[in-house]
Amino acid sequence: MSLKTLTKPWAATSYGFLDASAKREMRRKILKAIAVPGCQMPYASREVPMARGWGTGGLQVTLTLVNPRSVVKVIDQGADDGVNAASIRRFISRVSQAEETWDTLAASIVQSRHRIPEETMTKDQILVLQVPNPEPLRGVEPNISIARQMHADADYGKLWLTLYEQLVKAGRIMQGAAYPSLVNGRHVMTPSPIPRWDVPKLNMARHLTILSAGREKRLFAVPPHTRVEPLVFSDRPYLVEDHARLVCERSGIAGYFMNEIPQDDGSSTFEVSDSNLGIKAIRASEGAPAEIGETWYRNGKFAQ
Amino acid sequence: MSLETNPRPLLPPQLVQTSPIVTMRDVGRRYGEVVALRHVDVTVYPGEVLGIVGESGSGKSTLLRMMNLEDAPDTGDYRLRLPGRDDGNLFALERYQQRMLRARHIGIVYQNPHLGLLMKHSSSGNVAERLLIAGERSFDVLRSKAREALDASEFPLSRMDHRPADLSGGMQQRVQLAKAIALEPALLLLDEPTTGLDVSIQALVLDTLKRLQRERRITMVLVSHDLGVIRTMADRVMVMRRGSVVEQGLADQVFQDPQHAYTQQLVHAKL
Repeated sequence: MSLKTLTKPWAATSYGFLDASAKREMRRKILKAIAVPGCQMPYASREVPMARGWGTGGLQVTLTLVNPRSVVKVIDQGADDGVNAASIRRFISRVSQAEETWDTLAASIVQSRHRIPEETMTKDQILVLQVPNPEPLRGVEPNISIARQMHADADYGKLWLTLYEQLVKAGRIMQGAAYPSLVNGRHVMTPSPIPRWDVPKLNMARHLTILSAGREKRLFAVPPHTRVEPLVFSDRPYLVEDHARLVCERSGIAGYFMNEIPQDDGSSTFEVSDSNLGIKAIRASEGAPAEIGETWYRNGKFAQ
Repeated sequence: MSLETNPRPLLPPQLVQTSPIVTMRDVGRRYGEVVALRHVDVTVYPGEVLGIVGESGSGKSTLLRMMNLEDAPDTGDYRLRLPGRDDGNLFALERYQQRMLRARHIGIVYQNPHLGLLMKHSSSGNVAERLLIAGERSFDVLRSKAREALDASEFPLSRMDHRPADLSGGMQQRVQLAKAIALEPALLLLDEPTTGLDVSIQALVLDTLKRLQRERRITMVLVSHDLGVIRTMADRVMVMRRGSVVEQGLADQVFQDPQHAYTQQLVHAKL
């Protein structure tokens, strides 16, 4: 018996690029992460044909979940047509034969950097968020071993203290993105650098969210119908960005999260951050068929 | 001389009928070859100040760390009498339970403010952190309780949002004290709280401690190698040497009529 008889013939890549053992590890870690919502699970982050920090964590999760019947949407800061989003989407499609889409409603897997789509996701969908820094305690405790101990003890006093200090110094909480949130009443997570606008979308959501940091080699999850509560003082309500009255310059829709575009005269115009929602709105206004799904926000107010 | 044959009373008359708030029995701790604590028994009564004196390396700070549940002994039993609860031997509790108990019921002031304070956060934030760990989630309540504790520690409120790193040593000790008393602890531990301060600041900090003890009847355990500080503050004194208690009794008696040779040497020592 030789090694050759025990192994399969060499092939350039496995299905979905990652080898079977890598995917098996990812599946195990994803299941563990779902079992303990918000708790960070370490994994051996593999090399993928992309630099660390460009979404390798999200890509590894997507490559593990994807199959030929999958429909994959990839967005970068809300946009489907960014270079990074387009490259990742095409790569996933090429190695898995999965279908590509820009439409949130049609996607079975949505991989995203820094945004959650405006259209409500359903129980058949999975949101994969790319995470640069998975550790909410990093700012208050740089020692990873101590931070893990603090998670085990639910010792989040220092994290609360940073919010207290922001209120003392600025009169309001200045944390704009990656707002620390308590998952299922137990672990505090950083929901990746999504804006505050998006955090309520994770609370009791119908879809599964998996957050993965390739560079930091850790992933965590928010299972469907799980409480996600931003850390907030009982007498200081949680506030999202004040975008309710802003109107998209290109599509004319209002009440959604907007990108600000500074103008030469010092003023600003705004464009809806979820680019596919804007495209649908433009098509609808032109009389073309475009199905806009149910949205988390209505008229600038969180509706669900 | 053994303590059993000591004819002197160990308690002031007002405490004779009182149940102790702290009872430690047979506490032992060894670090490799070094025996830090050897069969130490400690009893502390409500509202009193127990002073622990001894030379460097005598085990007094180790004992205080045990009382604060920061370190686990090799042997021993530790009970803290709190209204409406019986936690049994505190050394046997889970670390999380110990942490919550420490956060709510035990305050500590360290000799080194860097051990007790977050230097990059505001002074009020340092006090608020203790309240946050105990579960307080109202910003207005946090502000008012932090202000109240700092005021009680005679800290100037105009500087309550300054960082401890920008304050003097005496002010840092006041912030530590405010943090320690913010939740009105059952037990306040003071580990050389005035060491390193100049004499005038030392006197002010001791005055604050005495006033707090008088007004709030806080039970205190004060560790110091400075007999003057112990003489000023303590109702009872425990003298430690090489990890053992060599003598204990009422402060006046121990200072005026020391029985053990080591205590005599301490009391009569002069530069």
